[in-house]
Amino acid sequence: MDMVLLSRIQFAVTIGFHYFYPPLSIGLGLVLVLMEGLYLRTRNPLYHQLTRFWVRIFGLIFAFGVGTGIVMEFEFGTNWSRYARFVGDIFGSPLAAEGIFAFFLESGFLAVLLFGWERVSPRLHFFSTVMVCLGAHFSAIWIIVANSWMQTPTAYRIVETAVGPRAEITSFWGAVLNPSTGDRLVHTLLGAWQAGAFFVISVAAYYLLKRRHEAFARASIRVALAVAAVASLGQLVSGHSNAVMVAEHQPAKLAAFEGIYETGASADLTIVGWVDEENRTVRGIKIPGLLSWLVGGGTDTVIRGLDEWPASDRPPVQLTFQSYHWMVAIGMVLIALAWGGALLAWRGQLFRWRWLLWIYVLAVLLPQAANQLGWAAAEVGRQPWIVYELMRTADATSDTVTAGQVLFSLILFTVIYLALFVVFIVLLDQKVRKGPLPEDLPPVAEVR
Amino acid sequence: MGSELYNVIWYALVGILLTGYAILDGFDLGTGALHLLARSDRDRRVFLNAIGPFWDGNQVWLVTGGGALFAAFPHVYATAFSGFYVAFILLLFMLIFRGVSIHVRSLRAGRAWRAFWDWAFSASSVIASLLIGVALGNVAWGVPIEAGFRYRGDLLQQIHPYSLLTGIMVVAVFMMHGAIYLVMKTEGDLNQRVRGWVRPCIIFFVLMYAVTTLATLLYLEHMAEPFRRQPLLFLVPALNVLAIANIPREMHLGREVRAFTSSAVAMALLLLLFGLGMFPELIHSRPDVANSLTAYNASSSPLTLKTMLVMAAIGMPLVIGYTIHIYRVFKGKVKLDSMSY
Ligand code: HDD
Ligand code: HEM
Ligand code: HEM
Repeated sequence: MDMVLLSRIQFAVTIGFHYFYPPLSIGLGLVLVLMEGLYLRTRNPLYHQLTRFWVRIFGLIFAFGVGTGIVMEFEFGTNWSRYARFVGDIFGSPLAAEGIFAFFLESGFLAVLLFGWERVSPRLHFFSTVMVCLGAHFSAIWIIVANSWMQTPTAYRIVETAVGPRAEITSFWGAVLNPSTGDRLVHTLLGAWQAGAFFVISVAAYYLLKRRHEAFARASIRVALAVAAVASLGQLVSGHSNAVMVAEHQPAKLAAFEGIYETGASADLTIVGWVDEENRTVRGIKIPGLLSWLVGGGTDTVIRGLDEWPASDRPPVQLTFQSYHWMVAIGMVLIALAWGGALLAWRGQLFRWRWLLWIYVLAVLLPQAANQLGWAAAEVGRQPWIVYELMRTADATSDTVTAGQVLFSLILFTVIYLALFVVFIVLLDQKVRKGPLPEDLPPVAEVR
Repeated sequence: MGSELYNVIWYALVGILLTGYAILDGFDLGTGALHLLARSDRDRRVFLNAIGPFWDGNQVWLVTGGGALFAAFPHVYATAFSGFYVAFILLLFMLIFRGVSIHVRSLRAGRAWRAFWDWAFSASSVIASLLIGVALGNVAWGVPIEAGFRYRGDLLQQIHPYSLLTGIMVVAVFMMHGAIYLVMKTEGDLNQRVRGWVRPCIIFFVLMYAVTTLATLLYLEHMAEPFRRQPLLFLVPALNVLAIANIPREMHLGREVRAFTSSAVAMALLLLLFGLGMFPELIHSRPDVANSLTAYNASSSPLTLKTMLVMAAIGMPLVIGYTIHIYRVFKGKVKLDSMSY
């Protein structure tokens, strides 16, 4: 296998494993802020117990997120050194900013969040929780800025230097506020909130099934369902806005999302389908004209088809199409689960049917899958470009690293990540089985 | 000239970030190196909880240093990490293992489980320190670089007596730093034993320091050159010797906080020495000195350096402020409770 393919696989594997943890950190961070805020407001000991229990789980997730994140920070140098030379002037800044404004904040206040219960006042503890949550969100902001610049580059010029051409920045805010940053940031954060909320719901539903810690579980579900309901509906609006943005700035990607080969008006929207790449058509259930209508507000909107680009400039269609469609399908299911759950909980019927609780236990997998699929669609759909229409992925790898070396690191990372994933699941299972502890209730002095 | 000032400032700032990393992560890497010397399960837990609240934040200095290097000197980031590919992959591997072992070691009671993660934590700490030192040694000794900043060499070329020397010296300095830190954090019987480790650690470090300095003066002309040209710079090694000599003195007087400060100052001066010797080079090229990467030829554009400076000026005071505050919150001896590792 060649070095480029191996490096791509390695990036996909390392980011895929990494991106299992951040959505949970971000989403659970928000849920923690709500829980501890509720405790300070109501002084109901139950919320104190909720916060302590979920903080322990958060600590576990965080440790694995950090472990896998460090690799990402250096991978642009190890495996994508020609890329690093070409865009370092622009791309390095958001990565450094992420360290300065996000990682320090997150990891610093995490110490107080985890170990500071007896050392700081409840208010200062809450402040630390808010800082950790903010830090996680800031880190999403800067990494999305970096990635969005690669998707829709702006505010740069190409300069010849002694060691070859490179992109130099012409305006910092111009590059930060490139056309896709806003849409993609909102979408990613909502996806993370969904992941965090459904995670809490899943564990709580499990307790209800086992008839353990029931008051604790109900309270957890109420907080998490509120987050899930808002985020899931928001995701539909945000997803639509993303699609319109992609249609304007990365038309080849949109064509791959929907498997459109011929340019024309009244383009159909496929609900589920299979791309027949040989015959250049899509078979499946379609709604006539809906794609044109969604993108432009009328069926007369012209959608550009893949035929407009030479074969060498087209993304892989099937993978992009399927990733995108499954993400959207999951998005719909999550709306139903969140709003259906909220409605039933409001009428006091949610905890009645065991089969329904089982669905909520398993639903934790859906946002995780949608997050992975979403990235796959966005990244594979951008191919063959690493920086859209500026640099090809094949020209971006390290020229001094051999395929053998990448194979070595790929095997190493795959093995260790799989092993760590198993460890993570075992420990998570153990913490969930242990459940909330009596000492998670607030010290007597604090209860009024 | 105006814009070249930014290059110099960023050379210093990257140095400061790495110094922050060495001083902070240094004590928890050193704790890792000493971890297996603690025999009982409780003692090991005390060690882990001594660094518990801090190790992650400490590591962010490395992450941010990496980000800053990417932003300010992209060619250095690209050349070093792709050039030392296998060594860096191993370093990353060690850092992953290390973080996870600290976190999960005490989560299960089984003996084999704890023994495994104890070993993982200690070995990964030692190997990570060693690799960092070996990398520094290579950067100073020089590596074969072609036109276009392309590295031509392999892993075996990176392992030579000088880089091994710097590698072991870094392990030694971290062990000394970690031992003093543990004296501050432990009490009772354990405290007495840890006190006993400090002296051998200091001796080990001073030996390594002497040999490395000698080797540098004998073999690395370009590192000695700035000092020959500007004799005033000899103030730095002189101060460094004083700071090192002050460590056993303070320990003897039972003032471990001052001993720790001295050790931190010694590390900062050591890196300052390194930076002064290297300047303006970031990676020395051997044999073609002309291909060396410097603060001027490997940097980003003036606009980026300027923007980043604004960012650092806003962000770093905040970081330092709340980091000091958080260290204050956890001041004093380790106490184990239900939220401990
Ligand atoms: C949308 C959010 C998001 C995305 C797309 C990424 N990350 Fe991440 N990252 C986080 C959100 C996050 C986080 C929530 O801040 C983490 C995860 C768990 C954690 O503890 O912090 C984190 C941890 C984390 C760390 C460890 C920080 C520490 O030591 O505290 C590093 C170095 C990176 N990431 C770097 C990257 C890079 C270079 C990425 C892209 C290639 C990347 N992350 C994608
Ligand atoms: C509800 C229907 C949804 C629609 C219409 C939608 C639409 C989109 C579109 C068009 C993109 C591509 C953006 C780009 O390439 O720049 C995208 C990416 C993405 N989606 Fe969705 N999405 C939906 C649901 C979801 C859900 C439920 C999740 C996760 C829980 C999710 C997570 C992601 C992620 C992580 C990305 C990659 C980041 C990005 O490019 O913004 N999406 N989505
Ligand atoms: C910011 C700099 C980034 C670079 C240079 C980059 C580059 C790449 C490259 C070269 C690939 C391989 C594409 C392929 O094999 O088709 C890839 C895939 C991928 N990237 Fe990115 N990416 C970046 C950021 C991100 C971020 C922030 C995420 C989200 C966490 C992400 C998620 C993914 C995913 C999920 C894949 C796998 C796609 C697949 O299944 O093939 N990427 N990226």
